[in-house]
Amino acid sequence: MTRHTDDGETEEANGPDEKREGVDGPDEKREDADGSTTGAAPSSPAPGVPEAGRDEQPSIFVPDDGEVPEGTPSERPATDGGVESAAGGSDSADLDPDAYDPVDVFPGGDLDLREGADSCYKCTSCDTSCPVAEVDDEFPGPKFQGPEQWRLKRKDDHDIDESITSCSNCMRCDDACPSSVPLSQMHNEARGQFVESQMEKLSREYIRNRILSNYRFFASIASKVPRLANAATKIPGAMKVGEKLLGIAGDREFPDFATQTFREWWKARGGAQVENPDKRVAYFHGCYSNYNTPEVGKAMVRVYEHFGYEVMVPPQKCSGTPMFANGMLKDARRHAETNVENLVEAIGEGADVIASCTSCSLSLRQEYPELFDIHGIEDVSEHTYEALEYLRINEDLEAELAGTELADEQSFAYHAPCHARNQGLDRQAVETFRDVDGVELEDVGDSCSGISGTYGWKEEKYEKSMEIGAEMFEHMEDAEGDVGMTECPTCAMQMEHGTGYEVEHPLQLLEDAVGA
Amino acid sequence: MAIDSDVLVVGGGLAAVTSAVAAAREGADVRLVSHKASTLRQASGLIDALGYVPATEPATPLRDGPPTAGRELDRDEWPDPEGPLADPFEAIDGLPESHPYRILGADALREGLALFDDLAGDAYRGGHTDRNALLPTFGGSVKPTARYPAAAEAGLASDDRPALIVGFRSLTEYDARAFAGRLEAAGVPFDVAGAEVEFAEAFRADAKVTRLAKALDHDEAIDGVPAREALAKAVAPHLHDAVDEAGGVERVERVGFPAFLGDQEGDEVRAELADRLGADVFEIPMGPPSLPGLRLEDRLYDALDDAGVRFETGNPVVGVETAADGRVEAVAVDKKGRETPYGADAFVLATGGLVGKGLDSDREGVREPVFDLHVPQPADRYEWFVDDAFGDQPYARFGVRIGGDGRALNAEGEPEYDNVFAAGGVVGGADAAREKSASGVSLATGIVAGREAATEATQ
Repeated sequence: MTRHTDDGETEEANGPDEKREGVDGPDEKREDADGSTTGAAPSSPAPGVPEAGRDEQPSIFVPDDGEVPEGTPSERPATDGGVESAAGGSDSADLDPDAYDPVDVFPGGDLDLREGADSCYKCTSCDTSCPVAEVDDEFPGPKFQGPEQWRLKRKDDHDIDESITSCSNCMRCDDACPSSVPLSQMHNEARGQFVESQMEKLSREYIRNRILSNYRFFASIASKVPRLANAATKIPGAMKVGEKLLGIAGDREFPDFATQTFREWWKARGGAQVENPDKRVAYFHGCYSNYNTPEVGKAMVRVYEHFGYEVMVPPQKCSGTPMFANGMLKDARRHAETNVENLVEAIGEGADVIASCTSCSLSLRQEYPELFDIHGIEDVSEHTYEALEYLRINEDLEAELAGTELADEQSFAYHAPCHARNQGLDRQAVETFRDVDGVELEDVGDSCSGISGTYGWKEEKYEKSMEIGAEMFEHMEDAEGDVGMTECPTCAMQMEHGTGYEVEHPLQLLEDAVGA
Repeated sequence: MAIDSDVLVVGGGLAAVTSAVAAAREGADVRLVSHKASTLRQASGLIDALGYVPATEPATPLRDGPPTAGRELDRDEWPDPEGPLADPFEAIDGLPESHPYRILGADALREGLALFDDLAGDAYRGGHTDRNALLPTFGGSVKPTARYPAAAEAGLASDDRPALIVGFRSLTEYDARAFAGRLEAAGVPFDVAGAEVEFAEAFRADAKVTRLAKALDHDEAIDGVPAREALAKAVAPHLHDAVDEAGGVERVERVGFPAFLGDQEGDEVRAELADRLGADVFEIPMGPPSLPGLRLEDRLYDALDDAGVRFETGNPVVGVETAADGRVEAVAVDKKGRETPYGADAFVLATGGLVGKGLDSDREGVREPVFDLHVPQPADRYEWFVDDAFGDQPYARFGVRIGGDGRALNAEGEPEYDNVFAAGGVVGGADAAREKSASGVSLATGIVAGREAATEATQ
């Protein structure tokens, strides 16, 4: 079983500093996979291409150069929404509320966020949930960044406030909002527009952010020579140079690169060991499990094979999480095109998409359909699950784990990543392992770890990041266990950085518990 | 395969937590699913039971004729409500028959409050008596309430010690001097002064209460002075601001602050300020964003964990997945576009009212969106309201009707399903805003629904 095992490294030439040509058009590879060009109507979908179509709507982030997407809202006259007059009765067909599109009221197209902005009733729950506003006096909070900024920037002469770059994209405001205002979508849009039109492209900040968001590009190079790369980051003063030159927090330790990436391991073991057309999953390992912690990916494969799943490992790029957080939406879109194309093909072969990183799963599920219009992107969103979540839905994990015992007793200090919270997954690890003997999982509280992907890597945010994390560090130290546990690789970095604890992924513990 | 439990509670507020704990204590395996983070963070943190019995008939008969919404014609007028009540239990018989307290009985309220006392522990006061306490709230009014945070204790309006109310210019929803004036006008039995002091100016103009609380939690340095010391220094010159009846100046014995005195370390912050000021320190409950609400949320969710309840937030329950023989077997949870069935032997609906979105409305009508339960309402929407904003608004009492065992009823007054119960704001019949009864209704309906659901599930 070697399907979907090509290493996906062939299109690595689109690093941050190389302007890639032809991004706009459907590339060769896509035509091969689809058997048709993307622009064509999906009248006879090729195998692996679901009959999508619901997602075919204009989105702002057209590939490049401000090209106007087809189907931009027409210049229909704005109406007042068709409210009946007090005199009673409506006297004009124009006032039919069903025919009224709120976004038409404001010029400029963009995402249709008017309804979301109008849903805000200013309760400020988002502000009280914001970990940055709690420590940063310069940050006005999500209520401003979301609905208020959205209204302000309807005006042509209004720049986007620079403070948008201080949002760490933890997305806790989404979870806090009782009115379902799409706050993170508003933040992502504003940040993308700020970076696109207001940020100096030769500035140190822009270059630094571009590098941080394109971690995958650099990791892919470093992992060709992992030992050398690891040694290089440990040269005394190397990180200080990074701080001086680029503004990357010098106090952090750069993560080690694995000597064998997950994909290399997967290839070496001959791909899937279980074939099962009825139970297929496509593994979205993300960058970190591939280059830095392949043991997480291996645990995923072994656990899923234990439950009889056929694991596919499609070619893939970055999920976009760090790019969204830095407003690098063009980069994110380019990667998304590859991901969607390959994942849609796997879905066509009967697979659901499984991610072991909660930020990757959130990105595919929520940010992809919110920000991009790519054929099949809604299907990817609807078929994506986090690894433990999927097993809890489809397998009787409780029965499987009841009565199991771990040879070596171990207590873990568990931190739920913010992005897990938005998917309803913040308690699943604690609940799953409650009945396993010899395992103690202690939830260290609902605070944010403070690193939020790339946020804590920025020199000017480092102290805030550690201040946000202080509560978690404290609770970790109060907890019985001296091993940390979390689903998110960057939360893991922060946990390790703040306490010196080794940090594991729940899949690794599940692997031990079920003896996979 | 579905995600199964004995009892599934839909919602995340006070009623949901109460019913989940009540069910778990009956031995049921309970799961709670809340669409969003708990709205307790918007609550004042006061636990009211019944403060007023409002009139249900206008002073003069309602006018006949066409609707007059939004026009300044002769408004209907309503008599003042009875209250503030000294004893909520004694007044229950004065409520309409369709009120949840009348349906479930005074004991349900008593048991609900007892469960709350157990969950809140030493963080709350008021459990020693049936009688209401009177607490000043940030609007300058005095609210009758059954339970109150320990942090608010020194602020009781029945206390006759002179008080200073502290405010900050940047906290615009709250003016200390106007507040003190309103308290005096309300006839409180103590001398009170209000003072605006310099402290919050060190932060951005619209700093969040969480920012101020964090600074006090960590005792961050403000211009080189630790935050708690800086705050005490700013307040100290005003300790003699209160003027007694004879016109003499007196030193206050207690100082009230807006409720931002620390989040995790609130007790410590208050104790240090009290020590530095030589006066008791109390917090005045605020509107949202509310730290007392956040602290209560933390406490109640810890209690859920202790009771073994599994809970998750982030995904909404969007409807009934399967039902047969008059029973719901599973509901559908929308996980980012994919509906996942959650099965249970009994369900408790505790999704809140019109504001909490447990009830949905448009021009055509008012609906309960999860189980599509019956919501009684006048067919003509001009009968949903009366002209006097403070009158007996019919919409305020909209909601699902329940039987004496908490089961949700259909239009005929029979259980809609054998295993679906309702609690909290989604239950109709109470005018919680005018009665000051929101928390009590949640506790009373919550404990009944939780217990009965557990019985239904485990029998």
